[in-house]
This record gives sequence, structure tokens and C-alpha cells, in this order.
Amino acid sequence: MSDNSYLGEIRNFCIIAHIDHGKSTLADRILEQTSTVAERDMEEQLLDNMELERERGITIKARAVRLNYKADDGNTYVFNLIDTPGHVDFNYEVSRSLNACEGAILIVDASQGIEAQTLANTYLAIEQDLEVVPVINKIDLISARPEEVKQEIEDVIGIPAMDAPLISAKMGINIKEVMERIVTDIPAPKGDPDAPLKALIFDSYYDSYKGVIVYVRVKEGSLHVGDRIRMMATGAEFQVVELGYMGATSLSPSDELKAGEVGYIAASIKSIGDTKVGDTVTRCDEPADEPLAGYRSVNPMVFSGIYPADGSKYGDLRDALEKLRLNDASLTFEPETSVALGFGFRCGFLGLLHMEIIQERLEREYNLDLITTAPSVVYKIDKMNGETVFIDNPTNYPDPTEIKQAYEPMVEAHVYAPSDYVGNIMELCQQRRGVFKDMKYIDKTRVDLHYDLPLNEIVYDFFDALKSRTKGYASYDYEFKGFVASKLVKLDILLNGDVVDALSFIVFSDSAYPRARKICERLKDHIPRQLFEVPVQAAVGGKIIARETIKAMRKDVLAKCYGGDITRKKKLLEKQKEGKKRMRQLGSVEVPQEAFMAVLKLDDE
Amino acid sequence: MTTSKPVGLYVHVPFCLSKCPYCDFYSVPYSREKASEYAQAVKRNIRGHALRYDTVYLGGGTPILLYEHIADILAAADIAAGAEITAEANPCMAKPQVLETLRSAGVNRISFGVQSMNERELKLLGRRHTVKQAEDALMTAKQAGFTSVSADMMIGLPGQDCFSIISTAQKLSQLGADHISAYILKIEDGTPFAEREIELPEDDSVSELYLHTVRTLEELGYAQYEISNFAKPGHECRHNLKYWRCEEYLGIGAAAHSYLDGRRYCTERDIDGFIASSLQITTVTDDLPGGWEEFSMLKLRLTEGITYAEAERFGKAGELRANAEKLPHVLVELTDSGVRLTPEGFIISNAVIGKLIFG
Repeated sequence: MSDNSYLGEIRNFCIIAHIDHGKSTLADRILEQTSTVAERDMEEQLLDNMELERERGITIKARAVRLNYKADDGNTYVFNLIDTPGHVDFNYEVSRSLNACEGAILIVDASQGIEAQTLANTYLAIEQDLEVVPVINKIDLISARPEEVKQEIEDVIGIPAMDAPLISAKMGINIKEVMERIVTDIPAPKGDPDAPLKALIFDSYYDSYKGVIVYVRVKEGSLHVGDRIRMMATGAEFQVVELGYMGATSLSPSDELKAGEVGYIAASIKSIGDTKVGDTVTRCDEPADEPLAGYRSVNPMVFSGIYPADGSKYGDLRDALEKLRLNDASLTFEPETSVALGFGFRCGFLGLLHMEIIQERLEREYNLDLITTAPSVVYKIDKMNGETVFIDNPTNYPDPTEIKQAYEPMVEAHVYAPSDYVGNIMELCQQRRGVFKDMKYIDKTRVDLHYDLPLNEIVYDFFDALKSRTKGYASYDYEFKGFVASKLVKLDILLNGDVVDALSFIVFSDSAYPRARKICERLKDHIPRQLFEVPVQAAVGGKIIARETIKAMRKDVLAKCYGGDITRKKKLLEKQKEGKKRMRQLGSVEVPQEAFMAVLKLDDE
Repeated sequence: MTTSKPVGLYVHVPFCLSKCPYCDFYSVPYSREKASEYAQAVKRNIRGHALRYDTVYLGGGTPILLYEHIADILAAADIAAGAEITAEANPCMAKPQVLETLRSAGVNRISFGVQSMNERELKLLGRRHTVKQAEDALMTAKQAGFTSVSADMMIGLPGQDCFSIISTAQKLSQLGADHISAYILKIEDGTPFAEREIELPEDDSVSELYLHTVRTLEELGYAQYEISNFAKPGHECRHNLKYWRCEEYLGIGAAAHSYLDGRRYCTERDIDGFIASSLQITTVTDDLPGGWEEFSMLKLRLTEGITYAEAERFGKAGELRANAEKLPHVLVELTDSGVRLTPEGFIISNAVIGKLIFG
């Protein structure tokens, strides 16, 4: 058996924090303290690579970095800091990132205390037997109440917190103490470098020169350049071209990765679909008997049609989606055609945030103007002829006479909120056809409400509605549970008498009428007056169940053309030309892009 | 003396005794001295252009404040026989002696900023004149022998109803106005009306008032020839028609616009700069004017509309007809020879013209 004493000098950890509680800032300070990044390379919040991540202050994809730290005990330690995504849509990615660590630093804001997302991720970490090291951040704020927050951590999470370091990541106060805690409190990894290789994939991205770069935590065994490897879930095999460690700004190649270490593998992998997060990498010459536990295939939950506002940009949209998919195996898309919107793509996402992020990246990074249809979930339909089909596009929903039984996806949801809002939350969940399971007090003032909810009730605007009913204090978390039998109908929207396919959606039959009325109202508000009166109708199976009327435009004129000054008229004409680009001609009606999204926000508050 | 085709001449006179709270045109407080300097500069600029004019328009501001200089100014220009020469005037300044001076200087068309024949509305608009003064002004002008007397009126004032519109139109007609411009009040940014957050009637009622105005004026014998302009036969403003027919004109004065020699250009809103320069300094706003969009946008403001023959000069006849056919007939009339907007179309003409041009 070879020497595994090197393990004692490795610490693999992640940081758990609520948005804005200072995760990225602390990560930056740790990088500075270990002089991993030269000051001139230091960009605020280095770990959040994407522009969008920096702006939203969230981490979308996991990242990792290896640092060297000379501790007070005189030894130099290798720190592997693994960043975790912080949103419910990426729950599975979070669990895999945590699985690559032995410990987690829990950052809690000294004035705000523990928040729901922190709690959910901390529980995940505890479930995976991680050592949680609490840290109280932002002690420089006047509103800081560190002693209370410590007590809260002990009460709510049940871990000792009285000697938690009091820090300010922003001001650089007490960072050293955090570094020492990582050495003393977080256990060194275990593992046998001589055992058959088992390496956990916790992230991957596409590099245009090297192909897919896979981030792994080696649990057992070792790996060298030239070894043939196999992905145990997908079965794909590759030859390792390069491996090594993640520097803060670049990869640093090495000869070997051993049990306990965190590193990357490049093996001329063309498709990111071959490197699924959670999969186990093993060696072909001496394969492991069984993969690491916990792998599951992540499937899209929410679908929507994405169309270029300018039909001639279809090719550009396809190229952009293909590029995004290189780095995001959970994004799916296939071509689709809409009578109203022309050529576009049916795209699948992990959740609503994922959907918004993809849309924003397409618009910003690829400069595309998009029209997005209402998000839909997947329905399962048993047909009269014995077939079972899965429908992710309302347009393909079978005729009611062909349906034997329809099923809709259910999720198990946890809503975390101050107990004052229990009534409001229960009311909302009930409106959304939730089935109450139980309610737990997290502490004296906060509760965890457990509901089963139909996914299609939460994809539209549940989070907004929840926020507005709890003054922004609530957060929630959900997991797919399964399909349950349901009464569903397809709701069609007609503009000026013509069905607009891109506005159709599937709805629980009892909700059809109120939903139809609201959508008609919304469309009436969001479609500007046209040259003539436009009826807006909603229909189920050809029967009109709601109607609004967009009145004809009454005044739009520049009365004066004074002294031959026509500049203002010209500007107006230019504006009209520009405006036309943001409009969709649906039959004889011009509909602004915003109308397609606006109809989704149905909450009346 | 030139032999080229005569063009229009616009002279901007940016002086006012007081600023109306809805007006965002360029004007400065009147001073006799500055007005005189300004008149000299106008003459200088007219002499600097070897052009012949068949229409002249003295606009403002309040051009009548320069009445002593108008004869000189007109003398500086090469004006074709039978030219239309218009001066704008404020009813409260329309003394017989002043109007006679204009008349003998060669001005043959006068346009009064009457705005309303209702005291309440005049007060609301902050006008310096009364209904009585407006009556006197029109009668004096008639007596002075102007070929055409025009009056402005306003539509869409706070509290205005169709009776007030009809009454103003009738009074102007009785006083012998040959031409009426009826403008819809628009609150311009930066004007006192905008700051006071004056509440205008709803679009629906403004639209009704506008259509009432068109009907009333037609009944009184004023045919509509442009969105806001109505005339007894033969009294259409030839100068303004130049703007809408994309014909050339020279603008002189601070903040004046020109369309000449294949360019559109303007001068700064700077009276001192204008006075100080030997020739006015201009900025080109469009060096490729006269395109289809511009032509149709302006031409469709006229009741004559666009003929297919005109559209075909731009290769657009087919497109124009196709776009027009998609629109409701109540807004756009298709004749054998072309396309024109109806009054119902004029009141939403921004949208309708957009549709006719862009489809």
C-alpha cells in the first residue's frame, strides 16, 4: 500500500451562504490571503465567472479553485474551494458539489440571520456528513447582532456556533481565523490511492481547444495522463490527454490525480452530455465495481418556445443555443414551428430561473431579440388507443376525445418563512391546488411549510406571488415527486377571431375560467390599441369562455408642422420603424413581445 | 435676378411680448433695438442668396413686431409677381395703421393667432387678447384689403366641448376668415403647461372634437386640405403646401429650417449668433432628403394624398396599394388614382401613415 500521508494536508470545502451574505467576497479574501491571485488579477468576485452571475450576485454553475495556505502550525495545506450554485433549480448540482467536500463554511449575515436557502443547503451538507463551520459575516455593520445570530444557528441548525469567527469579508477583518478553522475543524479527506479509480464529476465546461473539461473529486484510486477512462453512467470512454489542478485564473497541469484531490480532466471529449454531473469516472484497465452513490439523470422540468423576434435570425438563435449547450447539459432544445411566431425552438430547462438565465444570455451575449412563449411543464397522457405520450407543448395536446387519462407533474415543496405569514402562504398554496403535508417550526419565529404542489401551478409566478404575500421574506424549494392523474384542458386564445397558437396553454379545468378571464384582461392591457377594435377571446374546445375588447385607437397625430421643421415627424417615423421590430404581426393584430410574457404574471397582487 | 424655379422663403421672427404657456417655439422678449438688428441680419441673409421666391412666410414668434422693417425685408428679396406673402399676427396688435403698413409693404395674406372665440379658453391659454380684440383684428384686416385672412383655432382644450368648437368656427366664418388652421393642443415638454400638469381631455373626446371641427368647417364652406388646415376655395396656404409637397424653401433667422439644394438644414436657436454672423450658420439635419418615407409621410397629411403615379416615382405604387388595402376604409380611401386619408384617418395619422409606409 502506497503512502497516503499527503491526505492530511488537503482540505476540501465549500461555502454556503444566502444571496448577498458575502460568499463571493469571502472567497475573494481567501484567494488574496493565500496569494493565489496576484492583486492586479483580482477582479471583484472572481469565482463568479459569468457577467450575469456577477450582476445577479448568484452562482449559476459550480467552480473550483486550489490554493496553498501556510498555517500557524507551520505546515502548508492545500485548500480546494468548491463553489456551489445557490438556487433551487440547481439543487442537484449543489448536492454533487457538497459531495466533493468534507466541510462547509456557513456564512451568516450578522444582521439578517439565517435565511431559507442557507438552511436548505446546510441541511443538505449535514445530510452528506460535512463538517459545517459557521462564520458570522458583516460584523462591521451597525445593525450587526452577532450574539443573537450565533444563538439562532445553534437553535435552528443545531451545531455549536458560540466560537464562530466574527468577520467582515468586505473589510478583510478576521479572515485569518477562518483559514485556521478550515485547517483545524474540517477533516482531511480519506481514500486509497491504490484502489480502483472512483472520481465524482461535479462540474464540466466546454473549452474550444481542449474539448470538455471535467471537474472531479477523486474519491478512490489515482489517474494519470494517458489512462483510458470510462464514465460509469453514460458508458462513454476516453483517453486522458491532460489533467491537473484548478488555479484561480488558469488550469495548472500535473501528472497525476490521487484519492482526496480535486482536479480537472481533459480527454478530447466532444459533448458535454457525456460528462454528467454526479457520474463516476473510473479507469478502463482497473474499473471500480460500482459507481459512487447518488447519481441521477437531471431532466428538464419546464419548457418554453423561444423564437427570434426577427425571423431571419433563426440561424443565429440555433448557433447560440448550440454554444450554450456546450456548457450546459441540462439545456435541451429542438426545432418547432408556430403559426404565430414562425420558426423557433422548444427549449427545456431545469426550472424558471434556469429559463430566465438562458433567455438573458441569449439576448445579451448573442445579441438576439427573443419572443418566449408561456412556460409549460410536461404532461403525461394515456390515450384511448393505448398509447402513452408526454406533451411539453400545448400545441400538441391531443383532442379531448382521444384522452383516456391526463397526468400532471407534482412536486414536493418546502416554503420557509416567518410564522406571521403562515396564513397568507397557506392561502396561496391552496389557490395553487397545494396539498398540505405538515408544518415545522424552524425556530420561535419561523416555519417550514411542506406542501405537495402541481408543478404547473408554480412555474408561472409562484415565487413572485409568494414574495408579495410575505413582504419578500419567504423562499421555497422543491423536488419532483411524480405524475398524478388530473383534469386538464387546453385553453386557446383568439385575437380578432384567430387562434394564436403561441398563447395556448394547458390548465387545470377548474381554473380555466378565472385564468381565461385574467389572460384576456392582461392581453387587453398589454396590446396597444390598433387601428380597429380587436376582440380578445379565450376558448376551451371551441367554446368561448372569456372576452375583452381592445378599443380602436382614437388619437395619434402630430398636428403641427411649423416653419417647415419636419425633424420631429422624421423621428417619429424612425421610432415607428424601430417599434415595428418589437411587434409581432398576428393576423391583422400587432402584438408587442412583452405581451407574450405579461400574460404569465397572473397574480392579482 | 435668377432664372431658376422660384422657391419659398420663410423668415423666423423670434420675438414675443410674452410667452404663451403652451408654446415651445423659439422666441425671446421683444426689444426695439434688437428687433432692428435682427431685421438687418435677415436682409443680409436674403441678399446672400440669389433666389427667386413665389411664396414668403413671416412666422414667429410675433413677426408683426417687426412691422416697420417688413417693407425693407421684402424689398431685399426677388419676389415673383403674384407671390403669396404671409405674415403672422397677434390680434391685440392688429391696429389699422399697423395692418396698413404691412399691406403697403406687400403682405397679402395675414394669419392671426386667434386660438378661440371663447373668453374662458383664451384666458386658459394665457393669450393677451380678448374675443372682442380678435373680432376687431379680423374686421380690420378685411378692411385693409388682404387677399386672404386666416385664423388659428385650438382643439382639445381643458373643459372644451363641441359647442364651443362650433361657436368659434361660426364666429370666425362670420368675420370673413378665408382660411382656418385648427390645431390640437399638445403639451410640450418644458412649457409652463407641462409644469402645471394641465389636464387635457381624454383621447376619445379630443378625437370627437376634431371630427366635429372638420364637419363644422366643411359645412361653413372650408374644405379640409391638410390634417389641421381648412380653406375657402382658392385660399389654401401655398407656402405651407410646399412643406407637405416636398418642395424647396429657404428659412432665414434663428431656429429656421430650410430644404434647399438637396439638403435639409437649420440654424441654431440663438438670436445673438444669428445677428452677429454675416451669413447664418447652418447645420445639416438630412443630406439625403426626398426619399419615399419622407415624401409619403408629408404628402399623406394632405387630403390630396398620394397618387399611384407619384408613388411609382419611388417604385412604391404596388406596395402602397397593398398596404392601403389592408386598412379599414373608414381610415383610408382608395381612389382610382391613389390613396388618401379620411378625417378619421387623420386623427390617428401617425399610426395610419406608419402602416401605409411599413405595412
